[in-house]
Amino acid sequence: MILYFLSLVLFVMGLYCLIAKKNIVKKIIGIVITEYSINLFLVLVGYRRGGIAPIMLKGMTPQEMVNHSVDPLPQALVLTSIVIGLGVLALMVALCLRIYEKYKTFDMSEINKLKG
Amino acid sequence: MADIDQETRDDKQGMTPIVKTIVRFALGIMVIFGAYIILYGHLTPGGGFAGGVILACGYIILTLAFGKDVALRKLSNTGASILDNLGALAFIAIGIIGFSAGFFFKNFLGHGRMFDLWSAGTIPLCNIAIGLKVTASLFAVFIALSIFGRFIYQMAGDEEEQER
Amino acid sequence: MQGLYPLFTAIPLAAAFLNLLVTKVSKRFADFFAFIVTLVLAVMAVRMLFEPAFVYKVGGWLPPWGILLVSDGLSSLMLVVINVISFLVIIFSTKYMTTYTAKPKYYALFLLMIAGMNGVVITGDMFNLYVFLEIASIASYALVGFGCEKEELEASFKYLILGGVASTAVLFGIAFLYSVTGTLNMPDMAMRLEEIGMTRLTAFVIALFLMGFGLKASSVPFHAWLPDAHPSAPAPISAMLSGVLIKALGVYAIMRIMFNVIGQYVLVAHIVMFLGALSMVVAGLLAIGQSDFKRMLAYSSISQIGYVMIGIGLALNPEMPAAVAALGLVGGLFHLVNHAVFKSLLFLCSGAVEYRTGTRDLGKLGGLIRKMPVTGVTCSIGSLSIAGIPPFNGFVSKLIIFIALFKGGYVIYGTIAVAVGFITLYYFVKLQREVLFGAIPEALAKVREAPFAMTLPLVILAILCVAMGAGYTLVDNHLLQAAKDALLDKMGYINLLMGG
Repeated sequence: MILYFLSLVLFVMGLYCLIAKKNIVKKIIGIVITEYSINLFLVLVGYRRGGIAPIMLKGMTPQEMVNHSVDPLPQALVLTSIVIGLGVLALMVALCLRIYEKYKTFDMSEINKLKG
Repeated sequence: MADIDQETRDDKQGMTPIVKTIVRFALGIMVIFGAYIILYGHLTPGGGFAGGVILACGYIILTLAFGKDVALRKLSNTGASILDNLGALAFIAIGIIGFSAGFFFKNFLGHGRMFDLWSAGTIPLCNIAIGLKVTASLFAVFIALSIFGRFIYQMAGDEEEQER
Repeated sequence: MQGLYPLFTAIPLAAAFLNLLVTKVSKRFADFFAFIVTLVLAVMAVRMLFEPAFVYKVGGWLPPWGILLVSDGLSSLMLVVINVISFLVIIFSTKYMTTYTAKPKYYALFLLMIAGMNGVVITGDMFNLYVFLEIASIASYALVGFGCEKEELEASFKYLILGGVASTAVLFGIAFLYSVTGTLNMPDMAMRLEEIGMTRLTAFVIALFLMGFGLKASSVPFHAWLPDAHPSAPAPISAMLSGVLIKALGVYAIMRIMFNVIGQYVLVAHIVMFLGALSMVVAGLLAIGQSDFKRMLAYSSISQIGYVMIGIGLALNPEMPAAVAALGLVGGLFHLVNHAVFKSLLFLCSGAVEYRTGTRDLGKLGGLIRKMPVTGVTCSIGSLSIAGIPPFNGFVSKLIIFIALFKGGYVIYGTIAVAVGFITLYYFVKLQREVLFGAIPEALAKVREAPFAMTLPLVILAILCVAMGAGYTLVDNHLLQAAKDALLDKMGYINLLMGG
């Protein structure tokens, strides 16, 4: 129970970093922390007390494995989610480099040409 | 004459000779390990994405230790782009061939014996396609960001000098 | 035809990668290939309208373990809207994108976006919805900043950060739903959520989904990215973003999840109606003072999506009599289709104007109806439709929403809707006066008509505006009734799982 609560705390910390810091790179790190906290929460959902990893070994029947293992579905979901996070991170860093080229600064409060 | 020039140019880029020797040895191990994780994806944890990331890290270490000329000679920008698209097309082709067995992405090869390397139908083929795509993509992203980043620093430095 | 259903996502994906491969050899291939692919998709989508409802099991895996693809009235309607408008926008961009570099990459990203949107609309599995949502979103982030000028990069970065947080909120909601029901299959989840009822967890999940999908649908107060993203993007991308993307990713997902998976509750209905009314009023008032052509159109998009949300919110209320709920839903759905048609028309017109004159500033434009007759007439038709003048299609859909609101007893919301209708009329008349009529400035004396490839989609969309308004009963019988029945009938959605 306390572990679910801790992953929510991580989510809020990532959100705080995104809102309160002015540097673009720190905002990017904030988003990455937020996404990873959700992945952590998703894996925790599938936990079973005293469970083994969902890998078939020699000499085990499928029924035995199903009875003892943790839920393998959230693990597959988290794998996909990590790849999506990687894609968004690559795009964010590329945009950040291009913005530095045009605006000559990493400070978000000076990048405000669009208003109204 | 041209060979000596290229060799001395290669020697000047990258890191010290100690790092280069060790990377020459370790790179082979990294590539074999990455290929092992891709191929055994249906038996042990790992699979296409994890193995692809390890192979891409091998290329990145090659770039860091030897300089970008040597790395781009091994796998150029265009080559990475072609491998990338071929991997994705192979993955979709496996899905579409599944139509012949009834459904999209149906496992149409035989299932084989359990714990064999060639078992579980189309899953090892999908793993190989994904591993190829991830390797090429991550390498292309790294090259684009690093070469471009250096260009920006150079440009920003030039402009500061002009202002002074 | 039923067996070819997953090709709606497979064809654009394969085409995007094939495009990048072949254009290393010859550059002219990209235009032609994208044209053929979107034509095939549009024809398939229209053909799909005539099929009965069915489910497709991907890979032959039985539900609830496998991924299902569901086809009912609502999915068919959304597929037609997405694919037909994408086809027309591709025709437009063959000529418009010559001012940008790297055209093959533009087509590859565009096809990826279409694949993502098609995937969101056809899937019957929650996590599959999230994956395709992310594919479409990432493609659109890259497309918004396509020409790498200062403002475009800033707009794209803002859109990226806000969209990233929204997607994270959606994933959070999906994780909670999985932990409570134990399944990811949408009909199966609907069955189990019906047994559980409205708990605090369900309320939290509804809040997360409204925030996440509400940002994708750009309803106030989550609208901050839209007025920056639209002027900066190239004109065909603005047309796709405003005409199709915010509907397929945002409004469709809210409709599907709130009606079919979670079920109808009074609290949710009131919240959605309030968000709709807020969007209408705030965006309508902010649009009056704009001086940039596309920024005004962007604010008017937010306002019209408010109309759709109010219609949907009315139908979500389980205490409404069935006739009123059906009327509200039909009005909302028809306004969604109409908005896709006339907003794409207006954005493409602004693209044609920018292509010839090089500016978007309303102060510098004027009197273009004499120089660019086709663009001018179609722009007028689009403006009159969106303002709600009979006999165009905007009039019919707004009238249905007004009648539904007043019949349902919501007098305040009804008055607000009528007032916003007048505000819309006011700023579109102002837009037409500034751009089309009046004196021609000196700098624009040599402007000619836009090329044929750009005026053809404008003419087709304008004809659709008039035809859908005049032939409303045809549209209603074939498209809208099926979609409305698919949404209001939750047991029917669950039974698709058993029968298919």
